[in-house]
Amino acid sequence: MPFDVYLNVAVAGILTGLVYGLMALGLSVIFGVVRVVNFAHGEMMSIAMYLAVVLFSTLHLDPLIMLIPIAAVMFVLGYALQAGLINPFINRPEHTQFLLVVALAIIIVNVLLIIFGPDAHTVQTSYAYDSFQIGPVIIDASKLYAAAAAVVVALLLFGFFRFTLLGKAVRACADNYTGALVVGLNVHRLYALTFGIGAACVGAAGVMMTLIVDVTPMIGPVYTLLAFVIVITGGLGSMAGALVGGLLIGLTEALAGLLFTPSAKSMFAFGILVLVLLFRPQGILGRRVA
Amino acid sequence: MASLFARIADDTPRRVWILLVALLAAFIVAPWLINDYLVTVLIVILYLAYTGQAWNIMMGFAGQLSLGHAIYAGLGGYIAAVLFTRYGIGPWIGLLAAMPVAAFCGAIIGFLAFRFGVAGVYFAILTIAFAEFTRIGFDHLDFVHASSGLFLPVKQLSHNDLWLLRGSPRMFYYVILAATVVAFVLCRVLLNSRMGYFWLAIREDERAASAAGVPTFRYKMYAVMISAAVTSFAGVFYAFFYNNLFPEQVFNISRSIEMILGPIIGGIGTLFGPIIGAFVLTGLAETLNAAMAALGIDLPGAKQVLYGVCLLVVIVALPEGILPWLSRRLGLDESAS
Repeated sequence: MPFDVYLNVAVAGILTGLVYGLMALGLSVIFGVVRVVNFAHGEMMSIAMYLAVVLFSTLHLDPLIMLIPIAAVMFVLGYALQAGLINPFINRPEHTQFLLVVALAIIIVNVLLIIFGPDAHTVQTSYAYDSFQIGPVIIDASKLYAAAAAVVVALLLFGFFRFTLLGKAVRACADNYTGALVVGLNVHRLYALTFGIGAACVGAAGVMMTLIVDVTPMIGPVYTLLAFVIVITGGLGSMAGALVGGLLIGLTEALAGLLFTPSAKSMFAFGILVLVLLFRPQGILGRRVA
Repeated sequence: MASLFARIADDTPRRVWILLVALLAAFIVAPWLINDYLVTVLIVILYLAYTGQAWNIMMGFAGQLSLGHAIYAGLGGYIAAVLFTRYGIGPWIGLLAAMPVAAFCGAIIGFLAFRFGVAGVYFAILTIAFAEFTRIGFDHLDFVHASSGLFLPVKQLSHNDLWLLRGSPRMFYYVILAATVVAFVLCRVLLNSRMGYFWLAIREDERAASAAGVPTFRYKMYAVMISAAVTSFAGVFYAFFYNNLFPEQVFNISRSIEMILGPIIGGIGTLFGPIIGAFVLTGLAETLNAAMAALGIDLPGAKQVLYGVCLLVVIVALPEGILPWLSRRLGLDESAS
């Protein structure tokens, strides 16, 4: 195969990887702050994807525009979920939290199945088949827009945590639960806020994903696992790590799909996860926490 | 919350013995009183009770959360099925191969995780990663017919062949019943052994256990290996009962989740928990099935939504599981609060 093919596939993989990164960023924020294993993460993303499908088919809104309202809806959903259901569980054993979220995931998948049926839905934008050519590289327009939007959202989030007082408060909760309580932070409310932010993140990623893949109710669990792989590969608690992990996994999947067979691509993602867990358990950009 | 059973047995051995014998007697006569369909439902219940018991060794006793137990069942099933279809070797001999392989696989995962300090949620994700890796690997492994599945020859036999595990549902029922009893006794013996106490110490506080001289690494390895070997029999049973194996099904993460729902719902770390949990969950699923059929609702997903809601209610209302709540209610266990 000519080198151009590899280059094209690699670029496509990196662009998809950036959207993966945004999805994982949502998980990283939730996991890193609330310390709850959100096993309904991919399912939450599929809710956003279906919202995008509905908005597109009824109002013909461009996914890049509906990004904002859908992220807002997902924020409210995530906030309510944490405040109403998960907050009482934060000091319970991991397996209890796990079961709670798994039950939630089962409900989401099957409610979507009842409403939308098992068939795949797509969002056919006017630019679905457009592309840009830079030298030998042909870049898919949808993927480029999706990746660009993912980067913008990630930067906004980064700014929020770095430069706002609220973001600082959330980071304080993540660093030291008891300490945050002692200095008078309303940890439960901040947890709800964080879960909302994570949900908005994955919601935005979901809208972007509709530009790249078709949506069925069954993709939820697949992306839940993928998000975990990315977060742990990149480094838990590291926001840049989630993006880097997303890039790495996106690239790996794309190249594995080309070199072997597309159906085996996630095997390589899991392979990378195993290697990272063994040789750098804190993740590529993570720091060791005692 | 050390062995609930042990404590009950120490306080009131006779009451529990009578209960156990009555329960076992009920299980033994049950298949002669109910139709074949209900026998299959009971098989599913016992299958989940058995796998739940096996998983409980690792998580309930030693505190290591595995979310990838499908890998051990899947490997067990595939090994026995391949030996049977390709070489004509029966399942009981196959089991002798399946158990060491599953234990070895558990040992690899355990060794890598425990050596490198991968614990808690990270460990859980690692177990999923191995199971998924294996699932996709088998999906592309032509030796086991990849994703098109491995089938065992189905023959109509006039008699039950216990040696080759070919026969009526009733025979399979007694096989899995015996296995469940063996697993129960094994867990009881393990819990009351030196190893069991070491496991509980590790579960409660690994650092303290280590400081007190418990070789935590070695005993966590034992837990994974025993749990894996016990689980592998379930896979062999699955292969010969259903006569087909698809990587997409046997290694699927939902198989792993099914295995752990029972013990968590029933009461993690207890001996009766996995059995009660399997009963409640399968009973729930069957009741929902029947209710849907009676109401004429044919909506794919509706049953699962209700199932999910019930799970949610149980976990919110009884976070420790049914058994601790039940035994408090019945006054069997005063010390658990």
